[in-house]
Order: sequence, then C-alpha cells, then structure tokens
Amino acid sequence: MTGTIAHSALLVSVGVLALGVILTPVAVRSGRREWLQLVYGAAYTNFLLVTIATVAMVYALVTHDFSVSYVAAVGSRSTPLLFTIISLWGALEGSILFWAWVLAMYAAAVVWLHSRKPGNLIPYATMTILAVAAFFAILLVGPADPFRPVFPVPADGPGPNTLLQNHILMAVHPPLLYLGYVGMTVPFAFAIGAIVSNEATSNEWTLLSRRWMLASWGFLTAAIIAGMWWSYEVLGWGGYWAWDPVENASFLPWLTATAYLHSVMVQERRNMLRLWTLNLCVATFVLTILGTFLTRSGILSSVHAFTTGSIGYYFLGLIAVVLAATLVLVAGHSDRIRTPGKLGGAASRETVFLLNNLFLTAVMLTVLIGTLYPLIAEAIRGVKVSVGEPFFNRMTIPAMVALIFLMGVGPSLPWGSTTWADARKRLAPPLAGALIMAVIAIAVGTRSIYALLAFTFVGYAAMGNLREYWVGMRARRRAHGESWPTALTRLVRGNRRRYGGYVAHIGILFVAVGVTASSAFRTEREATLLPGETLTVSGKTVRLKGVWGREEPQRSVIGATLDVLGKDGAVTGTLEPRMNFYRVSDQPVPTPDVKSSIKGDLYVNLMAFEANGANATIKVIVEPLVPWIWFGGLVIVIGSIIGMFHSGRRAVPVRKAPASAPSDPPETAPEDEIVEALT
Amino acid sequence: MNWKRSIIALLASAPVLALFAFGFTRNPAEIPSPLPGRPAPPFTLAVLTAGEGSHARTPGDTIRLSELAGKVVVVNFWASWCLPCRTEHNALSEAARYYSDKPTQFIGVLYNDSPSAGVRWIGELGGMSYPAVTDVESRTAIDYGLYGVPETFIIDPAGRVAHKHLGPITGDVLRRVIDSVLVSSGVADSVVAGAG
Repeated sequence: MTGTIAHSALLVSVGVLALGVILTPVAVRSGRREWLQLVYGAAYTNFLLVTIATVAMVYALVTHDFSVSYVAAVGSRSTPLLFTIISLWGALEGSILFWAWVLAMYAAAVVWLHSRKPGNLIPYATMTILAVAAFFAILLVGPADPFRPVFPVPADGPGPNTLLQNHILMAVHPPLLYLGYVGMTVPFAFAIGAIVSNEATSNEWTLLSRRWMLASWGFLTAAIIAGMWWSYEVLGWGGYWAWDPVENASFLPWLTATAYLHSVMVQERRNMLRLWTLNLCVATFVLTILGTFLTRSGILSSVHAFTTGSIGYYFLGLIAVVLAATLVLVAGHSDRIRTPGKLGGAASRETVFLLNNLFLTAVMLTVLIGTLYPLIAEAIRGVKVSVGEPFFNRMTIPAMVALIFLMGVGPSLPWGSTTWADARKRLAPPLAGALIMAVIAIAVGTRSIYALLAFTFVGYAAMGNLREYWVGMRARRRAHGESWPTALTRLVRGNRRRYGGYVAHIGILFVAVGVTASSAFRTEREATLLPGETLTVSGKTVRLKGVWGREEPQRSVIGATLDVLGKDGAVTGTLEPRMNFYRVSDQPVPTPDVKSSIKGDLYVNLMAFEANGANATIKVIVEPLVPWIWFGGLVIVIGSIIGMFHSGRRAVPVRKAPASAPSDPPETAPEDEIVEALT
Repeated sequence: MNWKRSIIALLASAPVLALFAFGFTRNPAEIPSPLPGRPAPPFTLAVLTAGEGSHARTPGDTIRLSELAGKVVVVNFWASWCLPCRTEHNALSEAARYYSDKPTQFIGVLYNDSPSAGVRWIGELGGMSYPAVTDVESRTAIDYGLYGVPETFIIDPAGRVAHKHLGPITGDVLRRVIDSVLVSSGVADSVVAGAG
C-alpha cells in the first residue's frame, strides 16, 4: 500500500516535471507569461510528490514493511530506530530518493524566492533544475525504484551496511553532503538560464548564483569535514583522508566552487573573468554528476562503491547530455560572455585571485587525472594500476601550501593596482606571524620542508586576515568613536561577504594546522598486552585492565578497557576501544576510542583479542592537533553563514567603463565601508 | 551563437565519454594474478581434519605439494568467519566426492583462524569431504598472494597453476576447469565416463 502510493506519486512527478520543462520555452517565446505560473506550480507539485514518497519510505522503514524492496534490502527489526531512519540514504535506491527530495526542495525554494523577478533568467533556471529533477524521477520509477513489491514478504531483513550503523556521524555527513552536492545544481541552473535567456552579461545571475554557491559550498565543506571525522572515528586506522575515488569526487567540485567564489569577486569588481567564472560554475555541477557517476556505476574500485545495476548507464547518459548541452551553449556564446576588463597591475588583489584560481584548478585537474588514471591506463595500455596517496600527496601538497600563502597575501593587497612600495608596506606586517610560527615549528622539531612552509604560511595568513579585522575596527573607532565590540559588529555587518570570507580563511588555517601537525608528528605502536601491562607511545601510557564481551540485539561487542596513566602513574581516564560483530557481516567493525584535547588525540584501537580474554592486541596512535581540523570546519561554516546573509546587493557597483579601471585609486578598508553604506 | 565553436567543444567531450563507456566493460574488483601458467608455490601444511575416500589424510600428518605431482590439486582458502565460504562449501564438498575416482586432491586451507573454530565450523556445516589443513603464520596464503577469502587455486598435474578463482566458487566452474585440466594433461583419457 505504502509502496503503491509512493510509486504513483513518483510517476506523477515525472509527468509534472516533463510538463514544466516543455512549457517554459513555449511560455517565454509566445509571450504568455501567465503560463509560467504552471512551470512554478510544477516545481511546488514536484516537491510535494517527492516529499510524499520520502515520508512513505521513512514510514515503511520505521514500521518494518518488508513488502517494500528497499526496506527488505536494508531494514532489520533489530536495528535501533535512529539507524533505521537514516538507512534512507544508506544504499543506492534510498540515496537517489533522498537526492531527488533535496533537489525538489531546492527547486521549490528557488521559485519561492525568485519567481517574481522580471526577465527570462528565472524561468530558464527553473527549467534547468526541473530537467535535472526529471532525470532523478525517471531513475526512481525505473532502474532505482526503491518501492518494488516483494513477495513473499520476508519476516526480517539484513539491516543496513554495518559500517553505516556504527556511528552517529552517519546521521550528519550524508545529509550535509547531499545539501552541498545537490545544491550545486542551483548556481549551474542560473548559469544556463543566463545563457539561454541572453542575460549572461547582466550581473543579476552572478548575484543569485554566488549566494546559492556559497550556501552549497558551506554545506559541502561541512560534509567533507564530517566525512573525515567519521572515517577517523570508525575505520580504526587513525586517518581521515585516503584519496579514495569517492573522497576525491567530493573534493573536486569543492575546489572549483572555491575557485568560483573568488573569481566571481574579480568579475564584479574588475569586470574581468566572466566567461571563466561561468565555466567554473558549470564545471562544479558537471563534477558533482561525474562524482555521482563514479560512485554509482562501479567503474572504479572504492570502499564507498554502492552496489550497482543498470543505473550507471543512465548516469553516463546524463553526463553526456549535460556535457553536450553546456559545452554547446557556453562555447557557442563565449564571444558575447567574454569581458573586456584588463588586469590592473601585478601587485593587486586580482592577481592573487588569478593565482588562487590557477592553483585550485591545477589541484582539481591533478586529482581528477589521478582518480581516472586507473581507467585511462587500462583503456590505453591494458594494465591494471592503482593510484594512491603518494601520487596525490606529492602532486597536490606544493600547490596547497602555496594557496595558504596566497590566503595571507590576497586580503592584504588592494584591488586595482598599487605601487611596489605600497605593496611592500602592506605585505610586511603579517611577516611577524610567519616568523612566530616558523620559530614554533622549528622548536617542536618540524623536519619536512613542506610542513615547515605550511606552518610558516599559516602564521602569515592568520596575521594577514586578522589584521584586516583590526585595521577595519580601528578605522571605525577613529571615524565614529565606537567601542571595540560595536566596531566589530558594524564592520562585519557592513561587508558580510568580505569579513565572512576572512572567517572562512581562519577556519581553513585551523584545518591546515591540524592536518600538517597530525601528518608530521603522528606516532603509533602496536602491542599484545596481558591485563596489567602498559604500552607507552610518545609520552602517553595506557594500561590494559581487561577484555569483556556484551550481547546487543543487532550485534555482539568485544571491548578492552584501558586506563590512561598520567606522568605520576595515576589513572587520568579510561578508554574502551571495541569491535562490533554484526550478525549480517563476516568482518568486525572496529570502534576505536579517542581521548581528545586541544593538544591532540590519544587514539586507541582494539586489533585482536584472545577468546578467553587473556590478552588483547592494542594499537595506540598519538596524533597532535587533530581536533583543530573539526574546529576549523566549524569556523568555516560560521564564515559562510556570515557571508551568505549579506545585505543583498553587490558590494560595489561594477565599473561600467573598463578603460578607467587601471587608474582606479587603491581601495582601503574605510573606503570600502563608505561604498558599502551607499549601496 | 557560434556553431563552429560549439561543435569543436562537443567533439572534445567525446573521448571522455568513450573512456567512461569503456569503464563498463571492465571489472575494477578483478585483481590480476601472475600465478596462472606459472609453477605453483610449494607448501607443507598440517592436516586438521581427515576428509573422505581418496582425498582422506591422517590428522596431524603433513601434505606437501611436491608429493601431489600427477594429480589435479584444488586448493581452497577459507575461514570460519567468512560468510561466502559457507555458500561455496557444498559445491566444493560435492565436487571432491564426484572426482574421488580421478587423480585429484582437494585441500581446504584454513586462513587466519583458530583450528578449534575451523573444526567447529566443519561440524556445523555437516562435514567436509576433503582434508582441512592449517597454515601457520599464513605463509602459504602469502605465497599465493591471497587477497581475501574465499579464493580457490587449481593446480595441474605438472605443478603449474591452471586457474585462480576469486570469491565463492560454483560447481559449474569447478567441473569445467577440472575437466579441461584432466583432459589436456592426459591424466584421464575421458571425463565423460564419470559424469552422471
């Protein structure tokens, strides 16, 4: 019954979406704009229909309705309620349903917020989103139908993938990822809408697309960090990034989206890079689809790979259509989209933004080639190869270290051009931060040149970004006699996007410090301990207290209890790494236990145990500053929230006459404020 | 609209799509092994449970690969904690019985498991028609480049690896490979006689 209702809702939604897509050009071309209300109605109706299907799925999961194929595949009576609900996105069909629902929500939100705008941008952007939504709706009534009837109805199911029911972060990471990943469809839709409606040269679409991009970017960043955290807490290897194809798939659009968020500022301020910015916007969406294709087609081997069916062919079709349509549109209109703006001077913020885009794109291409190389090698040379960490680290770390440096340089330099003497004056103060960090890094024994450079540049960039706050606040205090807190709030309110961006920079720096320190100073040891025996790793001592077992409804748990000993031998805490044996799987799921502090983590994993509890093999990893990565993720999210809710208008009117650009006076922070106040 | 440029851009995407389409023809989970066609790594393994008929061995004795020259040797790696091993168990036991009148030797190598758990598992599944052996420190598994369990190697009478199978094996695959090795090596003139 539930299945029939949901399936019918999805069937109707395919029709509604098709109608919306076909009706848009008809309505626009024939001038019957009242018909557009039907298109917008289609977006709302689709949201309603997919919501019915999604709620039906959650209901079927919670009530253990095994007559629904998806529930029969991932449900189990013994799985706790929370993990039953979140198994909605734990396997292929459910994840496609969830994807369709998030996209339907975005489509409805775009119509709700923007449909009253004049012009043809919004109709065509809506059409683009509805077309992508139609693809997912077709998957849901065809090859990825989660509501197929099962007969005879099984009494119980196997439960979700054991790795996915082992940690609470599985309730957080996938929804964030979908919000970010699927959200990239919206800026893309504005780009396509702008080209089709001939409005690519207006700034309306940039204004809309960059806000949606910033929101999606914030979600995607949070999702990637949450995914790293999950992998750290669950997989038991003490790492958080392995350059797995699916991790790369989430990183690729993040890189182009980051590049976009910077290049769009150059476009607005300097009337340059419009075609490039549009390309980044389109590329970001194409990379999300590519990532989904790689995860769900089974053409690359990955720990994340979903079980596959014919769905890969559908995604290949989608990639072909998206690539063909966007390439034809963008290349065909490139002459009109291109901007005449010229670079002001070498020492300017836009130069740094260009370098930033260059490095981000280079990292993206490197990761893309590395990810696809096994396929390329097999196609050309017929050999099986795997591309792993050494390639990715070696190829991307130099560019990423350079990006940290640029994060300090960019905010310190003015737009337009400046003299070298002025540039030197602006770039000098953050050197103090670089010096402090370099001294600390050497004092704690940093040996790798890249780690040393990373720490130094983090110091430089931190000082550079914080100094922007300080300079702005000092100017406000002088001009308006405000107190420090008032100056800070008004400064940020005056230019949310800019100061939100600096907060995001600080967040990235926390992540950079955490990643560098935990990679450079990680120490680990493994030993088989009898109860009462101790193991010491870089000053941290643990003592095995005992091995125990416990039966739970869906799993059996074997755990080891370890005392953490302080310097004087007193017990300062306990750790309980466990192994969870789920009924449906032959492999135990490790559950390491972590003791975190601001200085770093003591990470303990149970590797093996004697059945009679006589001993346990324990791996102890000491990883400095890992929590800084999670904290940095939070700071980045705060930064993007600050930036998202800016006053609504672009920061500065775009200069209409590019010829005057080179002679623009260098801007300073207080001047920015004035311009801000005027708009 | 500049159609010339559009078409050039469109053509540029063709190789990428062709590459992905090619991807569907390949299985990334398939791991190439250099072993087929090469001499099988020698082993000496202690017998854990006896097995039946011509395959039977005395528990506690050892089996050496070198003593099995002239026979088709089927080496199956398994473990009690391995679910797919349960799936293939019947196919292997039945095949061993079916070929007991031919020059063959089936061996089940217990991988990364305690002998007691292995014996219990065999009892649970209603016996094993060929000897189970233990692999101390997984030396043989390492020599054979084991990627996971179950994996099955079929060694021809000259001591070369004739076939490697990843994952649970089926009766069809066993018969097809063993029959062809028996015939091509000439140790059995006809395999049809045994088929019933």
